[in-house]
Amino acid sequence: MTESLMINIAIAVLFLPLIGFVVTVFLGSKIKQIYFFENIIMFLSLAGAIILVFFKLSSFGDTTISSEFVWIDLGNTPLMGDIKITLGIMLDNIAVMMIVVVMLISFLVHIFSIEYMRGDPRYNRYFAYLGLFTFSMSGIVFTHNILMMYIFWELVGLSSYLLIGFWFEKKSASDAAKKAFIVNRIGDVGMFIGIMMLYNAYHTFTFDEIFYQISIGNLPFNSEFWLTVTGLLIFAGAIGKSAQVPLHVWLPDAMEGPTPVSALIHAATMVAAGVYLIVRIFGIFTADAMLIIALIGALSALIPATIALTQNDIKKVLAYSTISQLGYMIMALGVGAYTFAFFHLITHAFFKACLFLGSGSVIHGMRNEQDIQKMGGLRKKMPLTYYTFLIASLAISGIPLTSGFLSKDGILAGTFAFANLTGHWLFPIVGFFVAMLTAFYMFRVIILTFHGEPKNREKYEHAHESKFVMVMPLVLLAGLSFFFWYTPNPVNPNDGWVLSEWIKAPELYTPESTRYDFMIPDEEYISHIGTSSEMMYSEKYAEALHAAHYPAMILSLLMAGLGILTAFLFYQWKKISVDKLAERFKTLYNWSLNKWHFDELYDATVVAGTVGFSRFVGTFDLKVIDGIVNGVATVTRGFSSFIGKFDNIVVDGLVNFMAYLIGFIGLIFRRFQTGKVQTYLIFVLMSIVFLLFLFNSF
Amino acid sequence: MLNVGLTHFLVISVTLFSFGMYGVITRKNAVMVLMGIELILNSANINFIAFAKFGNYGLQGQIIALFVIVLAAAEAAIALAIVINIYKTITNINVDEIDSLRD
Repeated sequence: MTESLMINIAIAVLFLPLIGFVVTVFLGSKIKQIYFFENIIMFLSLAGAIILVFFKLSSFGDTTISSEFVWIDLGNTPLMGDIKITLGIMLDNIAVMMIVVVMLISFLVHIFSIEYMRGDPRYNRYFAYLGLFTFSMSGIVFTHNILMMYIFWELVGLSSYLLIGFWFEKKSASDAAKKAFIVNRIGDVGMFIGIMMLYNAYHTFTFDEIFYQISIGNLPFNSEFWLTVTGLLIFAGAIGKSAQVPLHVWLPDAMEGPTPVSALIHAATMVAAGVYLIVRIFGIFTADAMLIIALIGALSALIPATIALTQNDIKKVLAYSTISQLGYMIMALGVGAYTFAFFHLITHAFFKACLFLGSGSVIHGMRNEQDIQKMGGLRKKMPLTYYTFLIASLAISGIPLTSGFLSKDGILAGTFAFANLTGHWLFPIVGFFVAMLTAFYMFRVIILTFHGEPKNREKYEHAHESKFVMVMPLVLLAGLSFFFWYTPNPVNPNDGWVLSEWIKAPELYTPESTRYDFMIPDEEYISHIGTSSEMMYSEKYAEALHAAHYPAMILSLLMAGLGILTAFLFYQWKKISVDKLAERFKTLYNWSLNKWHFDELYDATVVAGTVGFSRFVGTFDLKVIDGIVNGVATVTRGFSSFIGKFDNIVVDGLVNFMAYLIGFIGLIFRRFQTGKVQTYLIFVLMSIVFLLFLFNSF
Repeated sequence: MLNVGLTHFLVISVTLFSFGMYGVITRKNAVMVLMGIELILNSANINFIAFAKFGNYGLQGQIIALFVIVLAAAEAAIALAIVINIYKTITNINVDEIDSLRD
């Protein structure tokens, strides 16, 4: 397996879904069975991705394979200097792991959708959009420069728009699609400014070159402050895509799309793109930037978790839990727990895809019923869906033997260690509290949906286990939520191959004066211990992390247990009346039920402000600009009318008078012009006689 | 025998010229007009020869008269051809009515 072959496989994996999209979208209306082609294409892509990850991890070790070509070369341009934009593919461990997750989940979503979407009038187009989405996402994963990432970033925005608004006949769906698109744009503006600042400073978009420039102390505007600002601007893109507070509002609405689409967008692709971006450029964030990132992450973990407690739409609960889990990842990156953040990205992708597809199976079985208050008792009707949903819920709650336990524990230990070293105790407190909330609302969903007595008899009677093509992805994803894929030791992920060998410690490029002191590498220590991702930065950090590991694990287990216990007390055994509790804490309950009034807040401020401003500008246009234009028009018209009159009367009068005069003269003289030779002759004779008399020479 | 002098010749010439001019002006028929022109030419011939005889000019007058006769013959030929052509186009050789060049 040579490097060029790897690159070629990567290109094939990247472009196969695009081919699938083009073929499906153009032949979709002619060939009914074309969706099958898209599924085969996805299978080939998945196979390619598995080949990539296998050979990259087994025979290339740490080497990064990359290949690039010059896309645009404008040469030396005035004012801008040399402009040369390269595109390229970079395969490192992060990228190949990410691509296999993306392709696997995309493939399973395709399979699931065959049954779920059957009978839809735009069946083939749906698969075409899925292909476009997968193509866009793999572009983000493979890219070796930030401009290409931005291009595919926007493509993801477009394809998510198409998929969320797939049932555009529903107003709520088309509104949700627009909302997702516009909210994402807000973050992307920041990201684009950040990219341009990097380009302005380094005249390159390539990650390697940017990192190299920063590592030799060449900073944007020669200032550490501006490095922080640049990092945060690029992070703004991640806030939008990964639905972090305050731009998280689009994600719950995006549930208007078909459920498998939610699984694809919210588990492995779109929202993961933001985290992936931060993972990619982790080395350029200064301590200040990281603190803000951690803060945003913590808020995004906390606020949606509290909202998820009271939502009754099964997909909305999962949507808020997605934001919350992404908040975990962003917070983990902010506190420097880089490897755990990426690890959580992978594990979360699997169990969250399982949860979404499971909810899809439930919704399908219940004939498009999404309200968990109207479900219940489905355990007997849909056993496979129930058990896979349960396993995934255990994983997201962080129960031992699951993958979620490993990664979440790692993140919590990371926040613990961070707090120990810097004194920011907010992050572990939020982390553990959210762990409890997560366990609570996930088991609330499970109990209300699958346990107890059915609340809607009629729909319950018709409910049935989904077909094989829908259950198979669930079982596969539930299987991937167990620990043994990642580590042989169910309580310590650091023993496993994923963390000790595959995910490498991040390289840092920022000036040492701008880092946390525990992130300044300790050369002696590193040469002593060897490069291992667990011992990421320095001995101090490794010790703090090590010390935090078991306390964090026990505490998180306690919290999850507490959450599950509360859920059972509330909903299974009904020891505590939920309604009374809601009545007692009515303000808090409504605050959560109304999603912290974010939508209302944005409606009242941003939307109303924009609409008001537009209205003002519109009025200004109508009154002032139009007034000026109309005024000028009136003046011009008056002037023209005067000139016209002058023309008509004076100039035309003169001209007509001349014509009349000449006509009159002509009238006189035409009398002499008889055309008869003899008359002329008489004139000649008379003239001669007259001249003779005149000169009188005789 | 009358003493025939220059004046007699000139009087005949003037008379002839006047007849010719009268014919040219008053006749409607184009052929008659041409004949008037012949008269005018011949009155000029008489003048030339009279001045050549009574003046001290050698034979120049007679030579020019010969030229004029030749010229008159040519002119008559061409003019008659024109008249025939006019007749062919408008079946009329009345000079009163040939005035289409006016417009």
